[in-house]
Formats: sequence, C-alpha cells, structure tokens
Amino acid sequence: MALDYSQKVMDHFMNPRNVGEISNADGVGEAGNPKCGDIMKIYLKVNDETKIIEDVKFKTFGCASAIASSSMATEMIKGKTVQEAWDLTNSAVAEALDGLPPIKMHCSVLAEEAIHTALNDYRAKHGMDVIPIEHHED
Amino acid sequence: MQEKFVYMDHTATTPVSPEVMKAMMPYFSEVFGNPSSVYSYSKKSRAAIEKARMQVANAFNAAPAEIFFTSSGTESDNWALKGTLENLKSKGKTHLITSKIEHHAILHTAEYLHKIHGFDVTYLPVDSEGRVNPEDVRNAINDKTALVSIMFANNEVGTIQPIKKIGEICREKKVLFHTDAVQAAAQLNIDVKDLNIDMMSISGHKMYAPKGIGALYIRKGIRLENFMHGGGQESARRASTENLAGIVGLGEAMEILKTRLDDDMRRISSWRDEIISGILAKIPYAKLNGATGSERLPNNINCSFIGVEGETLLLDLDYRGISASTGSACSSASLDPSHVLLALGLKHEMAHGSLRFTLGRLTTHDHVKYLLEVLPEIVARRREMSPLWEDFLKSNA
Ligand SMILES: Cc1ncc(COP(=O)(O)O)c(C=O)c1O
Ligand code: FES
Repeated sequence: MALDYSQKVMDHFMNPRNVGEISNADGVGEAGNPKCGDIMKIYLKVNDETKIIEDVKFKTFGCASAIASSSMATEMIKGKTVQEAWDLTNSAVAEALDGLPPIKMHCSVLAEEAIHTALNDYRAKHGMDVIPIEHHED
Repeated sequence: MQEKFVYMDHTATTPVSPEVMKAMMPYFSEVFGNPSSVYSYSKKSRAAIEKARMQVANAFNAAPAEIFFTSSGTESDNWALKGTLENLKSKGKTHLITSKIEHHAILHTAEYLHKIHGFDVTYLPVDSEGRVNPEDVRNAINDKTALVSIMFANNEVGTIQPIKKIGEICREKKVLFHTDAVQAAAQLNIDVKDLNIDMMSISGHKMYAPKGIGALYIRKGIRLENFMHGGGQESARRASTENLAGIVGLGEAMEILKTRLDDDMRRISSWRDEIISGILAKIPYAKLNGATGSERLPNNINCSFIGVEGETLLLDLDYRGISASTGSACSSASLDPSHVLLALGLKHEMAHGSLRFTLGRLTTHDHVKYLLEVLPEIVARRREMSPLWEDFLKSNA
C-alpha cells in the first residue's frame, strides 16, 4: 500500500524527538494498538510542585505514523502541566503533523492512550484517582 | 532525496524490456487491424498473435492451441477456478482444493465461489517453510472434487511447491489440476506435460512484458465455462478484441526469457544466497522465511526482524534508494499481517517485522553489497526505539 505522508510526518519519523527511557520516571504508561498490534511506551518526569512535565521519553513499535505521532505528542506535552497533557487529543497530534492518512489515524490514538496511561500511573503513585481512559478508534 | 535507484521488488512488477518494447511498437499505430476483420490488412494482426501464441507455447512445451491470452494473471486465475467449477457443477463436482498461501486472485475467487455459489473449498495448510504436502492433497480429494489449484511458487516467501507430485496425484484421482505460475514462470523452466499440469496462469508484467496481459494454458480436451462473454475471439473461449501489442510483448518476453533464463538464475540465486547469509550474519535475531536452495525462487529473500515494524524499514530503505516490500499489518489496507507468513506459523510480531527483497534484471552486485551495508544499521536504529525489542532482549538475557 502506497503511503503519502506529510513532510512533518517524515521529519518526525526520520528524526524522532524524545526517544528513549527515563530510569526514575514519575509515570510510565504503555498502550497497545488492537488494530495492528503495535506498542508505545512513554516515560514522564513531573515536577512535584508545579505539576509541569519536565521531561518525556518514548519507545514505539509501530509504523511511521505511530513513531511520528509519538514524537510529536511528546513534544506537545513537554513543559505542559499534567492537566494540559491530559487534554491533548490524537486529532491535535495529527493536525500538528499536517494530517495523517485516514487509515493511519488510529496510530495517533496510540500516543494519546500511552500518555493517558502514563499520567494515570503518575496519579496513582501520588494518591490521586485514576481517570478512566476512553478508547476510541480514530 | 534519493539519487540511487536500487529496485528490489521484481516480484511486484518488472519494467518492459527494451527488446519487448521494440517488438511491440509497430502494433499500436502501424499494424492496428482488428484481428477478427476479414480484409487482408488484418492478416498481419492475426499473424502476430499466432506467433506470440507459438512463443508462449514453446516456452512451456505446450501446443499453441492450448494457450489463451487474457488481461492478467488475476483473470487467468478467475477463469480457471470459476470456469472449471461452473462446468463441472452439473456432474455433481462442487469441491475445490487450494492452499492457505495462494495469491488473493485465487483466495478471493475461492471465497466468492463458496459464498455466492455454495461450492465447498478446502484450504490446505503448509509446513513452516511454506510447502504443501502432496499427501494432504490426496487425502483432501473426494468424489465431489472438481479442481485442485496450488500455486507453483509463492510470491511472498518464494517456496516452490512439489508440483509434479501434486499433478501426478490429481491425474491418478482424475481431478483437474490448475497452478498459478505467475511468479514461477518468470524464473523456472516449466514443462506442463512433464509436470502433469492441466491449467496454468501466467502474467506479463512479472517477466518484462507489460502490465495487463496474461495467459491461461488449458490442456487440450479440458472444458471450462467462459469467463469473458462476448465475441468469438480466442477460439470463442475468451471474448474481447485482442490486446494486440500486449500479446506480441508477452510472446517476445517469453522467448527472450527462455534464452537467458539459466544464466540469469544462476547469477541471481547466488546473489540471493549472498544476501540471505549476509543478513543472517550481520543482523542479530534475523530469521529467513521460506525454504532454501532449489526449493526457493532464485530471486526471493524474505526475512523477519523481531522488534521492528516493516513499514518503517521500507521507508528507511526508500530514503536510501532501495525499493522493497513487507508483510507487516501496518502496510496492508486491512491492517492484517500477511496471510502467507501466518500460514507458515509466524507470530504476528514476526510477520510485522518482515521484509521481502526480490531481485531481477535491474539488480547489480553493487546493489547486493549496498543493501548489506545499509540494512543492519536501519534495523539496529529502529530496534533501539522499540519497546518490543527491549522486552525481547530482557527475556533473552
Ligand atoms: C502469484 C500471483 N498470482 C497472481 C498475481 C496477479 O497477477 P496480475 O497482476 O497480472 O493480475 C500475482 C501478482 O501479484 C502473483 O504474484
Ligand atoms: S502502528 Fe500499525 S498502522 Fe500505524
């Protein structure tokens, strides 16, 4: 299947930002893609007082769209508060990438869910309620 | 972005060779007469078609009257299956046997025959290298079986089937035998008589002829319903005004192919083996999919790399000028991994991380060396950003 990715997608795919792990992360989350079996893992370093995400890293097993979405999403939540990060939607990520092919929209959901899972991990570790994650396809 | 053009996808399609192109050229504007017309001008068109029929027949030890031109490998496959089942239905023959690793041209036709016409279909399994066991064919045949259709060689993993043995069993059981030789015909010497083949599909664009031309070999005396209904072309068995230039191209391509096949395949299979052993030596936990040596198409390399996803590798390769293919779910429209790799018993994540390289006339030894230079880096870099690879290393530590 031929794919026409935007230049932004190709840029984030070829040079992904924030790849890696954080050894003493405040929140770690993993999301799997039921559609094609891909996995994204995300690590957050959060400032206790300001609740600002000071560092974020990811590892992704998935297509170019999944890797670019991971890279873009981590860029978008870095420096934001945990609340702001929670509000990041996959469509905002896709938009920031100048769009994704329709069949590849689900790959950006992976990023949204991995962030939510990591934020819930952070919340659980800090005695806060875990927020139910709403699964959606695209 | 890419100056290099390292084409390693000859199984997807091939370029029309210059000789074939040259042979075709007069048949667009100079010699354009409708082969069915009565006036003498059209004789040239008829003669060109009959020459091509002879060229194709000679390549497979068939008689010219046994070769029918079609629009593609897909049409040939559709015709063989639908035409045979429809013809034998009135004799109570309502069962088709095929394999799980066929091309979709066969599989989706079989599904259609089952769904719309209620025919029974048996999909034979394959072993871990993609081989159909002829004894499974024998055991699957019952008194309702009309047709066995097993591909000659698989387009994804290159495994060559025990065609002669399967043909023998079908003869013995008096069941018709069709083979999809779309890939095999471009690379192997095929003698339809010796191999007990009743029907065989071929396609032009896999053998340096144009896209949109194919043929079906139908052994003399075998009847099947027509697939294309209309005029009386192809001895009233395949309607539609002939694709004159395409037919000329297919005939020429077959003749040329035969003259150079042995040399080409000796060279290409040695490069294939160089790439396979290079990959297995340079990339940790790489796995070859399919059979080895003479049981594998000379041009096919299919490997899996645990921990990485194929589409990403394709784009990384493309960035370096290499064209290849993958069985990854992420690169299929259905988001399902390759049915062939799954039938070989690969886990989803191994099918995900598969790459296919198929060599051909555009391949040079420099391409081989270049691939072996860049692929290990590409796989290593993508593995580094993969959580699956991390887990795999931990579980193997
Ligand atoms: C094994 C096999 N059968 C059938 C086809 C379909 O041939 P065509 O593209 O001429 O319809 C292909 C081509 O992809 C093939 O590899
Ligand atoms: S991650 Fe599989 S299609 Fe994007």
